[in-house]
Amino acid sequence: MKQKYKTYLVGYGFLLPWLIGLFGLYLGPILASFYLSFTNYDLFNSPEWVGADNYVNMFTQDYRLKDSILVTFKYVFFSVPTRLAFALFLAILLNQNLRFLGLYRTIYYIPSLLGGSVAISILWKQVFDQSGIFNQGLSLIGIDGPSWISDPSYAIYSLVGLSVWQFGAVMIIFLAGLKQIPGELYEAATVDGAGAIRKFMKITLPLLTPVIFFNLVITLIQSFQTFTKAFIISNGNGGPINSTLLYSLYLYIKGFSFLEMGYASAMAWILLFIIAIFTGLLFLSSRYWVYYSDGGQ
Amino acid sequence: MKEITSIKYIVLHIFILGFGILMLYPVLWLISSSFKPTMLIFNEQGLWPSRTTLEHYSNGWFGLRNIQFSRFFINSLIICFFAIVGNVISSSMAAFAFARVEFPLKRLWFGIMLGTIMLPGHVTLIPQYIIFHQIGWVDTFLPLTVPKFVAEAFYVFLIVQFIRGIPKELDESAKIDGCGPVTLYLRIIMPLCVPALITTAIFTFMGTWDDFFGQLIYLSDINKFTVPLGLRLFLDSSGESNWGAVFAMSVLSIVPSLLVFFAGQKYFVEGISTTGLKG
Repeated sequence: MKQKYKTYLVGYGFLLPWLIGLFGLYLGPILASFYLSFTNYDLFNSPEWVGADNYVNMFTQDYRLKDSILVTFKYVFFSVPTRLAFALFLAILLNQNLRFLGLYRTIYYIPSLLGGSVAISILWKQVFDQSGIFNQGLSLIGIDGPSWISDPSYAIYSLVGLSVWQFGAVMIIFLAGLKQIPGELYEAATVDGAGAIRKFMKITLPLLTPVIFFNLVITLIQSFQTFTKAFIISNGNGGPINSTLLYSLYLYIKGFSFLEMGYASAMAWILLFIIAIFTGLLFLSSRYWVYYSDGGQ
Repeated sequence: MKEITSIKYIVLHIFILGFGILMLYPVLWLISSSFKPTMLIFNEQGLWPSRTTLEHYSNGWFGLRNIQFSRFFINSLIICFFAIVGNVISSSMAAFAFARVEFPLKRLWFGIMLGTIMLPGHVTLIPQYIIFHQIGWVDTFLPLTVPKFVAEAFYVFLIVQFIRGIPKELDESAKIDGCGPVTLYLRIIMPLCVPALITTAIFTFMGTWDDFFGQLIYLSDINKFTVPLGLRLFLDSSGESNWGAVFAMSVLSIVPSLLVFFAGQKYFVEGISTTGLKG
């Protein structure tokens, strides 16, 4: 009995820092955030209860928010599938018995390593400028590119481009997944006379679906929260004409520039809700397209 | 037959390398431009500078009034140091509890922990800010370092996965030799976990070094600015007029990440492929 009591103590002892964080930095703040979302709060006067006003205003009065949600959806829908497809293509390319594989993997990872930094966002402003190196490249093949950063109809694509460029981490997870596929399957398919495309469609793709699913969920959640790129490239205002006003950036502006903490909390809950719906749909759909070779355990 | 295959491989190598260089081109251009005289940056095609200069580096380093970039680097390094120490200690403790100690409600806590990995930070952001504001921590390093001492779920999970690969017989024989749980943690499990701890340290460094959002909301005194904040300030103040110096400081700001990456490359790739997150 005494022995058992002691292991309880040991377990919770080691867990103590994490438990403090869980209650102090997660559970407590989640409850507080929910309460604040029904108030007006400017950080200096005490919160004023306004019922569901923040939520109602979000959808009836705040046209900037509408822009922001549309921009964010556009960003997510373009960048997530493109990044995944790009990463998968490169992973397949690198998944061969090649010399210098380590070197190549390193080279291809560097964009991911640096992509989230302020430095690269600054660089991106230059790369996609009217006279930037991207347009210089396009002019080599005879295309006269627009100013990607300052034209509202193109600005979001420079952010999508930066996101796709950070394909490295996804690629490495795909590579690990590809290594798990037994070589005998391909050998048997070759004996049966299957070509490269058929092998890809019938072996690689189905066996890779769990990894694709995993990457999809993680990349989706990350993409909805993108901030630094949009902040630096638009000088912190989401312009031109709200065309790069990603949700996180607008939340930052509301909460920390206008000090509308209550409203920003409501925005955070709506974001959580949106992410939960998309992840939920992915999980529901996974029954139909994700193939687990161990039968789904 | 053999020759066709080797030609195919050469083509493949050229393609992979060429495509890789194309991907890296913006970064190489950044580095090259930081050494070019201003008039050449946007006028000279290609990467190799026909004339080089170091003036952008000195102009950038001393480019802000009353403050040098060295201050930003020192601040960033201080924050990274405490973030790493805090995260490695607290996350490994929680991981040890989950992987090796039996206690009631363990599964429940573990489930909650996995849930917090998926939780978007925005939901807790504002109340956390309000708490730190009320205890007077805003505009100090404390909101950026102290929370690292209460373990981060992602790293707990990473280390748990690693500890599960260590044979349990080691625990048994250690217990027979009279080892208590603290000794077991410190003397047996932790030394065997070094790769996972290094992975944790590297990821924490990368995450903290590039964490623009947190530093942006918590730091406002320029003397406490970190490298990302300093860089953004420099962009705003000298901006379009002095791209050379902005590029030079941008290059310096990514050097630490590159050094850490190359030093710990092995752990980095393993960490990503076993746990699948970050980046």
